[in-house]
Amino acid sequence: MTETANPRFLRPLSAPGADAGKVVHFGADKPLTLDCGRSLSAFSIAYMTYGTLNAARSNAILICHALTGDQFVASEHPVTGKPGWWGMMVGPGKPIDTDRFFVICANVIGGCMGTTGPAETDPATGKPYALDFPLVTIRDMVRAQAMLLDALGIDTLLAVIGGSMGGMQALQWAASYPNRVRAVMPIACAARHSAQNIAFHEVGRQAIMADPDWKGGDYQSHGTRPSKGLAVARMAAHITYLSEAALQRKFGRNLQNREALSFQFAPDFQIESYLHHQGATFVDRFDANSYLYITRAMDYFDLAEDYAGHLADAFRDSPNRFCIISFTSDWLFPTAENKRVAHALNAVAAKVSFVEIKTDKGHDAFLLDEPEMFDTVRGFLNSVAASESIS
Amino acid sequence: MSAANLRPDLAAIAEMIPQGARVLDVGCGDGALLEHLVRTKHVDGRGIELSQQNVNACVARGLAVVQGDADTDLAEYPAQVFDFVILSQTIQATEKPAQVLQHLLRIGRQVAISLPNFGHWRVRLALLLGGRMPRTKALGYSWYDTPNIHLCTLADFVDLTRKHGAVIVRALALKNDAVAGDVRPDSWGPNIAAQGAIFLLRKS
Repeated sequence: MTETANPRFLRPLSAPGADAGKVVHFGADKPLTLDCGRSLSAFSIAYMTYGTLNAARSNAILICHALTGDQFVASEHPVTGKPGWWGMMVGPGKPIDTDRFFVICANVIGGCMGTTGPAETDPATGKPYALDFPLVTIRDMVRAQAMLLDALGIDTLLAVIGGSMGGMQALQWAASYPNRVRAVMPIACAARHSAQNIAFHEVGRQAIMADPDWKGGDYQSHGTRPSKGLAVARMAAHITYLSEAALQRKFGRNLQNREALSFQFAPDFQIESYLHHQGATFVDRFDANSYLYITRAMDYFDLAEDYAGHLADAFRDSPNRFCIISFTSDWLFPTAENKRVAHALNAVAAKVSFVEIKTDKGHDAFLLDEPEMFDTVRGFLNSVAASESIS
Repeated sequence: MSAANLRPDLAAIAEMIPQGARVLDVGCGDGALLEHLVRTKHVDGRGIELSQQNVNACVARGLAVVQGDADTDLAEYPAQVFDFVILSQTIQATEKPAQVLQHLLRIGRQVAISLPNFGHWRVRLALLLGGRMPRTKALGYSWYDTPNIHLCTLADFVDLTRKHGAVIVRALALKNDAVAGDVRPDSWGPNIAAQGAIFLLRKS
């Protein structure tokens, strides 16, 4: 196991001044055992840290990123040059205060920002894994994170926090490693992926696979990229991250750079060009096969399944404190699914708080300026830190 | 927070709760009572609260509180997991008070319920002489904007507890925002003289 600076990214760095983070390489002696029955070795985990680990090593918070997120939670993205995806939440004096806490965020296994994924070279063949990469699960992602913590010499986390797929990982942490974490904060997530969510993911995957440039997944060897398919996948998914009310408020039927309908199929409406832009910028930073693998991992997530269908049993005798947040207009991970987790925790008398925040911003609300969410996170972490005597 | 700063009915309920009990406070507000119980009685406390702002206040106090309401969320709690369940000044605002009472008796070994008394003499007089829906200090809303959609007298409530097989362990009268001491729940006196009451119940 070795640790190096500057992970290798698939895309060229457009912000070479940005901190590209670090990477831990796990050798053949430390394989990652996967739920599918295979194992991954050697492999790498790319990660970022913010703040300082205290002497007692008790102030570490793991942030788990969502489907298309990455480790650049609070700093400039080295490929896009954009600010961190949770800059309002994480930083000095922010709700997740890096003056007090040591924040770790790692790119998930299967990802494309330096952690081993389908675009990396398979040491057995010397070629990119592509579809030979094993299917990974949320539990595999969490297992890899636990190995990263071992490598960093961190035994116990003060908290695991994540939204959407990150929230799934937080719940998996509570189920898999209840004694390695004090507080668990799943935001806008669920203990299982619903039929509707699987359906949307399948649309995205089919769009990618229908792109002739996908080449059966082997596009790297062919020197092509299924950008059109990946962009369509992103466009469809992006709709699910918003809400009807927010779309209407932001775009309505407003026309894009024109006075009247064109009677053609070029984008007439602002919402169309907005989605086109979302698709076009996404393909610059994301790998199509990674998108297939990570959406599949989310689809496979059903925490109760590991406990004979009884979600509550995933948390039996849990020593953890939980704080769950949902958003009223989130129809991807609606309040009912978040509350289902809270009820399961209640059923085993776990210490759980649940807050539903009123907003019309849909699922994406967890990434946006939601002062009540910030208050909840700050208040919860303050009380957790106080009970662990962290100043 | 010291007991002196608690609302008198809450302070009286706090006194009933044994050390180290597992407590569910339904409609826990900003968590003042729960925090008091955690500090002074070392209870394992949980709350349910409707207002998101109040839930945030509770979370910041380190309390475990779920945003929800008595009508819909109590059904999700398993039987007999709490030693003590509290419902203070809330039952009259629920949609299905009988069902709420049933759930409370199912979830908790003991249940403390405080409620306003629509049989209080001021209420009776206001309707009898004024011919208008009563507005009193304890019930200060107009008929068209009151959240209190299921008002009852103490005698009505005693009937409901009997119907659901509850035993009234104690009944305390509330007068002028203070606890006026133990009363016999089925006597006619408190039903006229008390502005409200606290009932300590258990399933028979």
